[in-house]
Amino acid sequence: MKIVVCVKQVPDTAAKVVVEDGRVTWGDAPLVINPWDEYAVETALLQQETHGGDVTAICLGGEEGREALKHALAMGCGNAILITGPGLEKADSLVTARILASAIQKIGDVEAAFFGRQAIDGDVGVTAAQTARFLRWPSLTLVSAIDELDPASKSIKVERSVEEGRQVVEGKLPAVISVVKDIGEPRYPSFMGIRKASRAEIPVWSPTDVGVEATEPVVTWPEISNPPQKEIVTEMITGDSPEEIADTLAKKILEEKVL
Amino acid sequence: MADKVWVYIDQYQGEAIPAAWEVISAARLLTEQLGGGVTAFVAGSAVQQVAEEAVQYGADLVYVCENDTLGEFRAEPFASLLSSLAKEHQPEVILFPTTSRGRELAAMVAVDMGTGVMPDVTALEIKDGDVVATRPVYGGKLISKAVCSARPQLITTRVRAFSPPDPDPAGSGTIEQVSAIIPEDEILTKISGYSESAGGVTLNDAAVIVSGGRGVSNNASLEPPAGLDEHDAEIWKAQQGFKLIGDLAEVLGGAVGASRAAVDAGYVPYNHQVGQTGKVVSPDLYIACGISGAIQHQAGMRTSKVIVAINKDAEAPIFKMARFGVVGDLFDILPPLTEAFKSRLAA
Repeated sequence: MKIVVCVKQVPDTAAKVVVEDGRVTWGDAPLVINPWDEYAVETALLQQETHGGDVTAICLGGEEGREALKHALAMGCGNAILITGPGLEKADSLVTARILASAIQKIGDVEAAFFGRQAIDGDVGVTAAQTARFLRWPSLTLVSAIDELDPASKSIKVERSVEEGRQVVEGKLPAVISVVKDIGEPRYPSFMGIRKASRAEIPVWSPTDVGVEATEPVVTWPEISNPPQKEIVTEMITGDSPEEIADTLAKKILEEKVL
Repeated sequence: MADKVWVYIDQYQGEAIPAAWEVISAARLLTEQLGGGVTAFVAGSAVQQVAEEAVQYGADLVYVCENDTLGEFRAEPFASLLSSLAKEHQPEVILFPTTSRGRELAAMVAVDMGTGVMPDVTALEIKDGDVVATRPVYGGKLISKAVCSARPQLITTRVRAFSPPDPDPAGSGTIEQVSAIIPEDEILTKISGYSESAGGVTLNDAAVIVSGGRGVSNNASLEPPAGLDEHDAEIWKAQQGFKLIGDLAEVLGGAVGASRAAVDAGYVPYNHQVGQTGKVVSPDLYIACGISGAIQHQAGMRTSKVIVAINKDAEAPIFKMARFGVVGDLFDILPPLTEAFKSRLAA
C-alpha cells in the first residue's frame, strides 16, 4: 500500500515566539517537525507495518523543511520529497492543498494520505480537508482511532473526535486522514534511522513539477504583532487557615463579576 | 434577495449549539459598513425549528435545507450545497463558528470557490472593502491580521469571542426552503456510529474552567490503597486531586481542564488539555491548580478574563499572569473554596 504523510517545519512549542521589527522571531529555539505531524507519521508507519508498502513524507515550504523530512525518515518513512519554490513561504492553505493534492496524484496509486490536525504556527487547520476536496477523496479529519483499514476491499473505518463525542465514519480508499493526539504516541527516531536520514538524498520538486502554476495566495497577513500586554496586578491571598484563604478568594472572585 | 453577509448556523442533532448565534453578532458588525442584512444557512434532517430561531436571533433571510442526507454533519454534502448557493448569490463574506464542523465546512467551500479561510477570528473590521480579521497564531503567542483577496471571504469566529445577540420573538426574517443537491450514493463517507462524551461542559463553551497540572498528584499526606505500584499510586493521587477540581468546576457550572503534563502523565484524557497542542480557551474565569504555567500552557489560556493560580511553589510562572494567587496546597484550598462558593452563590 502506498502511503503519503504531509509534514511541516515549525518553531518548537517551548520557543518564545515574538515579533521584532515586524518580523516573527523565535531566538535560537530550534525548528522542529510540527508536533501534530509526528502523530501522522506514526499512524502512517503503523499502517505500513500492518499492510506492507511504503511511506513517503512530503513537506511544502522553504529549504528548512528538510529537517522535518529527516525527522520523518528517521522515524522510519522510506521516502521524502521537499516541495519548494519562489514565494511558497507565503503559501496559504488553498495553495498548499492544491500543490499537495497534485503531488499525491503525481506520486500515483496512493491509498492514504495522513496529516496532523493543524500546524502550530499558523493554526489554520484546514489543509487536510482541502486536500481531500481537491482530490475528491473522503475527508476523515480529527481521527482518534483507525478501527479498520483494508487495502484489499478499499475500505476504511475511523473514529473522529468531535465536540460532542466520538463519531464512527466509514469511507472508501483512497482517503485523506488527519489525526489527533489520541491516535497514539509517536515513536522516537532510532539511532539507525537518524544515521540513514542524515545521509538521505531528498528530491526537490517545484510546484510546476506537479503541474501547479497558480501559487499566489489569496489570504495574506498584512500585520503580525505581539499580543497586548495586560496590566496584571497579582493579589496574593493569605490567611490563617485554608478556610479563611478560601473564603477570601471566593469573595474576591465574586467581586470581579465574572460569574 | 440574499445579503452580502452570510452565516452558517451550527447545529447538532437538530439543536443549535450554544455558540451558534455568536456569528450573527459578528455579521452585524460587518453589515453596519457593507450594508444589507444577514442571510443564514441551516441544514439538517429536521431543522425548521433552528431556522425559526435564526430569525429570532436576527437573520433577515434563512436558507434552510431539510434532507436525511444532511442528518449527521458530513462536510461534503454541506459544502456542496452551501457552495452552490454562494455561487448563485455571490455573498461577500460567510461566517462560521470555529467548531470541528464550521472549520471543515469553510475549508471545503474555499476549495469549491477558489477562496481563502481565516479561522478562529477574534475581531473583525472593514478596510477598503475587505474584511480585516484579527486572529491568534502560534498558539496565541502572537496576533495576526489577515485579509482575503478572493470572494466570498470565509471566516470562522472563535467561540465566545463575540457575544450572542438577544433573541427577539418578533423577528421578521424570511425562511426559504432549498433542496439538497447530492444524493446519498454520491457522498464519500457514511456515519455508522456515535458515542457521546460523558456529560459536563465542554472546554470550548465553558465560561469557567478549573484546571489541574502535574501538581495534582503531589501530596505527600495522601495514602494510596495498599498494593499499588509507584505509577498507579501517582495516578490514584491525581484522581483524588481531579475529583476536587471537578467538584469546584461543578459548583461554578464550569469545565475541567488540564495541563499537558497532567495529560501526558495519564491523569486525565487528552480532550481536557489546555495549551498550544490542546485547546486554546478564553473563559471568564480560569482557575489553575498545581499548574506551573509553561509557555505552551500560557498560550492556551492567556486571554481568560480572570486568572486564579493555586500552587505550592511561590515562584511558579503562572502567578505572573494571575489576578489572584494562593501559595498553598490545592488539597487544602479546594475543598473549602468549593464550600465557600456553594454558600456564597446560594446566598
